[in-house]
Amino acid sequence: MTSSKKDPVLVVLQLSGAYDALNTIIPYNDPHYKDFRTVLKVEPEEVLAIDNNVGFHPSMAPIKNLYDQGKVAVIQGIGYPNPIRSHFRSMDIWHTAAPEKMGMDGWLGRAIGDMDPHKENVLTGVNFGRGLPRALATSGVSVASVGGLDQLGVLTGIEDQNQRTEALDIFARMYSPMIGSGVTNDYLSQTGLDALKGADILATAPAGYTSTVEYGGDQFSQWLKNVAQVHLAGLGSRVLYTGLNPGAFDTHANQTTAFPQLWGQVSNAVENFYQDLKEHDASQEVVILMFTEFGRRVQENGSGTDHGSGSVAFVVGDAVEGGLYGDYPSLELDKLDQGDLQWNNDFRNTYATLLEKWMGLDAKPILRGSYEQFNFIK
Amino acid sequence: MAENDIASMGHLMRRAGFGAQYHELEARAAKGYEETVEELLNPQDHPDGMDLDLAERYFIEWNHFIRGVPEYIAFRMINSARQLEEKIVLFWHGILCISDSKLQSYPTEYEELELFRHHGLGSFKDLLLGISKDPAMIYYLDNCLSHKGAINENYGRELLELFSLGVGMDGEFNYSEDDVKECARAFTGWTIANSIPQQPYGRYAAQFVYNPDDHDDGEKTFLGETGNLNGEDVIDIIVKQPATARFISRHLYNFFVADDVEVPSWMDTPPRDPETIKMLEDEYFRSDYNIKSMLRVLFNSDAFKNARFAKVKSPIETIIGTLRLVGDWTEPKPGLEFIFDEMKYMGQEILNPPSVEGWHTGKEWIDGGTLVHRINFTADSVCNTSFPGIQSIIEKLAAQGPTLSPEGLVDGCLKLLGDYEMSEETRRMLVDQNSKGGEVQTDSEEFGAKVGETLRMIVATKEYLYA
Repeated sequence: MTSSKKDPVLVVLQLSGAYDALNTIIPYNDPHYKDFRTVLKVEPEEVLAIDNNVGFHPSMAPIKNLYDQGKVAVIQGIGYPNPIRSHFRSMDIWHTAAPEKMGMDGWLGRAIGDMDPHKENVLTGVNFGRGLPRALATSGVSVASVGGLDQLGVLTGIEDQNQRTEALDIFARMYSPMIGSGVTNDYLSQTGLDALKGADILATAPAGYTSTVEYGGDQFSQWLKNVAQVHLAGLGSRVLYTGLNPGAFDTHANQTTAFPQLWGQVSNAVENFYQDLKEHDASQEVVILMFTEFGRRVQENGSGTDHGSGSVAFVVGDAVEGGLYGDYPSLELDKLDQGDLQWNNDFRNTYATLLEKWMGLDAKPILRGSYEQFNFIK
Repeated sequence: MAENDIASMGHLMRRAGFGAQYHELEARAAKGYEETVEELLNPQDHPDGMDLDLAERYFIEWNHFIRGVPEYIAFRMINSARQLEEKIVLFWHGILCISDSKLQSYPTEYEELELFRHHGLGSFKDLLLGISKDPAMIYYLDNCLSHKGAINENYGRELLELFSLGVGMDGEFNYSEDDVKECARAFTGWTIANSIPQQPYGRYAAQFVYNPDDHDDGEKTFLGETGNLNGEDVIDIIVKQPATARFISRHLYNFFVADDVEVPSWMDTPPRDPETIKMLEDEYFRSDYNIKSMLRVLFNSDAFKNARFAKVKSPIETIIGTLRLVGDWTEPKPGLEFIFDEMKYMGQEILNPPSVEGWHTGKEWIDGGTLVHRINFTADSVCNTSFPGIQSIIEKLAAQGPTLSPEGLVDGCLKLLGDYEMSEETRRMLVDQNSKGGEVQTDSEEFGAKVGETLRMIVATKEYLYA
């Protein structure tokens, strides 16, 4: 197991629910914008301008701050062929990197299998959340998935610590492989022991951690703090994954309340995370990908927006060549895709760039095809 | 009543149903094994024992945030006395797949489960006809986009590859690309009246319609038979293929008897138990493709009876089995949504299989995330001594005498869980853990908690991952 901090690390933040791309990176000088968005429009003077055409939503000041330091790549017009407006299917597509047919396994799971083919480190991939996202689920690849560093592993229902220690000791012995017990039993044993071992190692992460950064109390911020703790503990994790609860950004109604609140929370958490890494001289080791499953309808529906297609994604880090990538989709009526932003760059271009230029992997077998790459990694 | 009668009954009820509490196993064992098989195979002759009127009003399909439908399905699995009727729904749902991630219309999806409930134990031919006319399926596999002169092959292909013949058998392909095209042509015009709308336009139930104007009336050749074939004719040809008999038999075996390799390997990997598969294939043809007849042969076979704990439990089997064991949710009440989340965390969200291939089974149910969820869910459930099913286990153990030895406690719990078998090593560890205090007083205050702790360690074992 290598525990070198120098290995490039990818942090993936899944911002579920489909954030409204049009109000995230806002084409504030486009006359069509205020026509489509009479209620939801952000006034030009409030937009955190990037240039004369587009700017960040005002709730994203911390990200804008990172952008001004040249650390944020904004991938405009990101999407995939034949956009699907179902949250679940679309998220599946982002997870499996397979828009054309139903994929069974996750792109990051495949990447982890590539990085750690002999399964030397049970923590090469770590997920913070409930249930393993399909992006990380790949047959033969072991990924740790935990609800947080304060609730690790099996038999968490046992409150008495001594009793739990004893129970875990028995658990470890019960899951020890036995000779001649068959392939399935061996696999179950290994998975049980990996889960136990992963939890044991992860439990050590907070001990050596001190920071002046104070994360928010919300779950997302806490998970990002856990991501920082795990990375800084030097456990050899290469892919760290977490996100918002499913449907968080699904603002069919009351978008003016929910949307700024969510982006505020996410932006603060990301800035805190970045500052935390910087304080520990580790910000050059990590690149963050933030994405959502699709964009939202250009025409607002009253107080919210419905499901759309073309979206925007973000890549953040010291290693990132900040700036705008992809084209901003046109708001001309005849350029819209069924009333939605037309995508112009395949999300797998971004995946391929991250895999090859950042992680140093061969993207082709992982993505099962070759994709044009961006230059957003220095 | 012999001890092994309970063991066989526990096995039968775990496979043909979602498990049963000990008193039910006793009652069924008293009735007899073959009689119980007949009862399970003939649900129409027996009451389901549920207040469905109340349940249907309770778990309403309101919108996709307050789901209703998955909860209602779970409620039926937990409470129906006609356990095989619900189990066969799950069986077919995992093969003749549709998925909420595309359909986003629970009422339409539910109709397909009703089809499985009514025809799942009947003729496979009727079932194929049923799914070919099922609005959810037509939309899911794009048959509504397949037109005369412009076919969409999706349904035509999956019907052959995943629903009936399988890609190949004994190393040979079962059909050609031309057969796929001809099959798709035969099903042109089989469409739905209303396409199922994407939100936010609301949803309304779709209906099957046959549109003769959009049906390709030309001559077709499918699997060597030529004529002006329509969908019914194609199904007639499909069901008489030996490959279909093999495919269905292997699925029944994989679901009810023991984990086989994953479906994509079936072309080149022979069945794990060729004799039993042959027996099922013969019964398939003898009974005119009748699933009930195949299951009767299967459940009464030695291969089935000897296959105790040869399968990794699916997440839904785990969750529903646990809830039946502890005796929760015997009537509608708020809060059953959690069950849907548990299914997701453990990797088997009802009505939303990951792809048209269904769920991969066996050891593929288990990964680092799903294993932890599975163990924590079952462990937390069985050590909650306020549940009636756990109370009943405590009472039965207490009735054995004033004290119980560590061995007595572990063996008693294993027995009351439906005669679970542990490896000698595991059993020894469980006993050792209980040995510190020596014998336990069954009338002591801590006895209930002690039983809960023992159950908790039992369900955390590797052995308990199997059924």
